[in-house]
Amino acid sequence: MVSKRAEFFNGIKGILPILLGVLPFGLIYGVSARSAGLPVIAAQAMSFIVFAGSAQFVMVQLISAGIPVGIIILTACLLNLRHALYSASLAPYVQQLPRRWKMLLAYVLTDEAYAVTIIHYQQSDETGYTHWYFLGAGLTLWMVWQISTATGIVLGANVPASWSLDFALPLTFIALVIPSLRTRAEWIAAATAGIVAVLAAGLPFNLGLLVATFTGMAMGLGLEVKAGV
Amino acid sequence: MTLWLMLLVIGAITYAIRLSCIGLLEQRDMPALLLKALRFVPIAVLPAIILPQLFLRNNMLALSIQNPRWIAGMLAAIVAWRTRNVLLTIAVGMVALWVLQFLLGR
Repeated sequence: MVSKRAEFFNGIKGILPILLGVLPFGLIYGVSARSAGLPVIAAQAMSFIVFAGSAQFVMVQLISAGIPVGIIILTACLLNLRHALYSASLAPYVQQLPRRWKMLLAYVLTDEAYAVTIIHYQQSDETGYTHWYFLGAGLTLWMVWQISTATGIVLGANVPASWSLDFALPLTFIALVIPSLRTRAEWIAAATAGIVAVLAAGLPFNLGLLVATFTGMAMGLGLEVKAGV
Repeated sequence: MTLWLMLLVIGAITYAIRLSCIGLLEQRDMPALLLKALRFVPIAVLPAIILPQLFLRNNMLALSIQNPRWIAGMLAAIVAWRTRNVLLTIAVGMVALWVLQFLLGR
């Protein structure tokens, strides 16, 4: 059995490559929050309270455009709706944990932490300390997000766009998802979700992502049930 | 003041969304079919995040050589498929993107 400490450090190791993409993202958020006129404290508090990169970006844009508060709240919450799917997908693995663990893990549940953690859960036969992996990945991402947004806010530091470090994010997701595809149903589910996401990208509030995910899931499940697996 | 109220409301709702199923559902309540469906979440959501970043530019389909991201992404996908190595996948993808950007004069 892998120890708690080993799982925690495995989680940190798992999230490390993603940080390459998160760091410039955080810096740019900080810079744009300041140039949108947000007070320093509020700009950083957003990283602390909301802790969701894409929603924070959209909020800053909407605030600077003078959009009514109700619309901003609605937009941000719809953008974050995908986390309900992450939560459902992780739920079977964390059921046996005490309440305080669940409350802590929910706070650090982001796209990035979800991606590395769920793949780890699905590949690991261990049931003992896998939540320490989740915590290691989640806390590391949280720290890097706080530090990088603070740096962007205070120093206004910016990474040249031509470095394209944001590309590290989709690349890490490619590296995680491709090896996890084994059956025909899984490949078709993945391809369907990807194609629908491209076609539905024009939908408002990031709904294309949800539509694509549900279509891919339905496709995979349908094929699996039909094959009698 | 309104700004802070808005931050707190969005933060609270976001947290509630994240906690939702983790906090409420009990494993014994979940039917087998639902568990089976949930196993497809990462398989579906990750490509749905990835592909638009590779194939779309300003929300338009960009399948030409002028868009180096989908080519670099495909190369990375092949590396991921053959090697299952996370760091090598990212390295090949980034280097491919930089080389293509350089060749395109950007």
